[in-house]
Amino acid sequence: MAQKFYKNCLDYPFQVDLIHKKKKLIKRELLDRETFIEKRIAILGGSTTSEIKDILDLFLLKEGIQARFYESEFNKYYEDILFENPSLEDFKPDIIYIHTTEKNILVSTKITDSVEEIERIIQDEIARFTSIWDSINRDYNCIIIQNNFELPRTRVFGNLDCWDIHGRSYLIQKLNSGFAHYAQANHNFYINDIHYLSAWFGLEKWHDKRFWYSYRYAVSYDAIALLSHNIAKIIRAIYGKQKKCLVLDLDNTIWGGVIGDDGPDNIQIGKETAIAEAYSAFQQYVKDLQGLGILLAVCTKNNFDIAKEGINHPDNILKHKDFVSFKANWDPKYVNIKGIAEEINIGLDSLVFIDDNPAERDLMRAQVPDVEVPEIGSEVIKYIEFIDMGGHFEPASLSQDDLQRNRFYEDNAQRNNFQATYADYGEFLESLEMVAEIKPFVPMYLERINQLINKTNQFNLTTKRHSFTEIKAVSQDRRNIALYGKLIDRFGDNGLISVIIGSIRENDLHIDIWVMSCRVIKRDMEFAMFDELVRTCVTHRVERIIGYYYKTIKNEMVAEHYALMGFELVEEQEGKASIWKFEIPQNYYNKNQTIKVNA
Amino acid sequence: MTANEILSNLQVIFRDVFDEDDLIITGKTCTDDIEDWDSLAQINLVVAIEKEFSLKFTLAELANLRDVSDMVGLIQAKLAQ
Repeated sequence: MAQKFYKNCLDYPFQVDLIHKKKKLIKRELLDRETFIEKRIAILGGSTTSEIKDILDLFLLKEGIQARFYESEFNKYYEDILFENPSLEDFKPDIIYIHTTEKNILVSTKITDSVEEIERIIQDEIARFTSIWDSINRDYNCIIIQNNFELPRTRVFGNLDCWDIHGRSYLIQKLNSGFAHYAQANHNFYINDIHYLSAWFGLEKWHDKRFWYSYRYAVSYDAIALLSHNIAKIIRAIYGKQKKCLVLDLDNTIWGGVIGDDGPDNIQIGKETAIAEAYSAFQQYVKDLQGLGILLAVCTKNNFDIAKEGINHPDNILKHKDFVSFKANWDPKYVNIKGIAEEINIGLDSLVFIDDNPAERDLMRAQVPDVEVPEIGSEVIKYIEFIDMGGHFEPASLSQDDLQRNRFYEDNAQRNNFQATYADYGEFLESLEMVAEIKPFVPMYLERINQLINKTNQFNLTTKRHSFTEIKAVSQDRRNIALYGKLIDRFGDNGLISVIIGSIRENDLHIDIWVMSCRVIKRDMEFAMFDELVRTCVTHRVERIIGYYYKTIKNEMVAEHYALMGFELVEEQEGKASIWKFEIPQNYYNKNQTIKVNA
Repeated sequence: MTANEILSNLQVIFRDVFDEDDLIITGKTCTDDIEDWDSLAQINLVVAIEKEFSLKFTLAELANLRDVSDMVGLIQAKLAQ
């Protein structure tokens, strides 16, 4: 049996009484591990934040994040940022969390206000918050986590409150949507959605007037764990500590019944019964997680053929091909789950294990403590709630690329089939009807550019990594040439797949970064990129291009890249690095013949 | 519940909140006697007491809970209601 620790009361559903009463003991338990990453978190409150901080500390330690905290004086969130603040500057926060609530809305509307006056009031309040965020971006350049607003406990207008322009609820909806727009436009800005959280918890329990008047807590004590956990979910996702793979048992977990006993015709899945529908809803939720890029695996004690018979039941939403690993045998599950982690090459601490059998869950926790095992019970209608509220898979944000990842790989499979029907590779490339967009960086692509530069290992000439802020600076510096490339073909959009960044010194352009996604290797895209680079160089009066190759264990494929582009070798450190130059001729002829560029 | 029974229940709560296993409280213990007993610890005491004895202090009562004897007296009165 797994040893029982007080820290287990941090698992959903939180045991709030114990968390608050035993927080010091729980903290000592959590500190008993080897490694933590350290982060500095400033909490700026519009109300008391002390207990929120203490409980957030626990949830972060549980994720392996040891935080140092700065707390603003009571209700000084605005002054702390807008005015000179040496102690916060010295603190150098990695994250600033702004805990404001409905209590901190400083505007109110009068029943006589016109539409225009109301609109101005709303915009003024959004502007007050925007000025805080913009100042943080300018002075601290760190991550911002900002509460949106919960609904008020009571509404003097009744139902009108939500739609009449003078209503408080109406005002809150408008402010929240203003906050959301800021989040959409600003990298490093995240919303802590207390609007949802308070509704989920119940406004009647969320607001505690006694604690507001007595201690200036804008949130009831019983809701603090929920709130702190929600902040911790955002922080762990920002630092890439969210889980990556969901491992599922089969019988009574993704369908009702036992396939080995009941047979494929009698398991509960589909729309025929209430229980079958509930299991279908669970499968749909899991399928939706997969859509976010979460990997799925099966780990079940079953005969392999029988398990496959079950998964081939036509009413299943999850199909055999949805699982990256499928372990159905009679070995202990903790043995199989280690095999799954090895197969897909991720750490055990990236796995969440879902099983209706409490004995299996306990055994898993005892044998492989790194695997997250939610105490889901055995009632299918509760499974989703445990995964959802646990928030194990919650991403910090979605890049377009993450969402399309599955599709890219499906499209590639089609291209490969297609290639087989062409004798000549050039003819194949022609037939792809490729169209590229190769242009200077624009703000909307910076996030993807950042991701591509930092994730590409193979087609990467220098393996220089850049932070988002550095990339933004590069794109704004006129002494740089920074190009991105997107490629579309008859099978689909490959997305933004190549980047070149060079710096101009006198009449030379030095290529600091040249990367390309492996998705589009051998498609002549590198030639198209180079043609555009030369064209841009000419407009900047650059006469010579200098290329660098720094060898790593993964970028062998581009060792001869500059030779292929027609560069001359200038200098070579055998097995380590090489420097190349290219004199731009009077009449440059395009190297790419197959891709239509900027058509 | 007698004052002594309430006091011994309170002692368990105090030990948890201040994370001191050998803390002894008496009817005379006040905020000066326990170093960590500040306004923030006070809130945690109040919350734990409310849960333990299944009661809710009124807004006015919250303002009058200054030491252990206040607590014992008020808890006893509320339980008797």
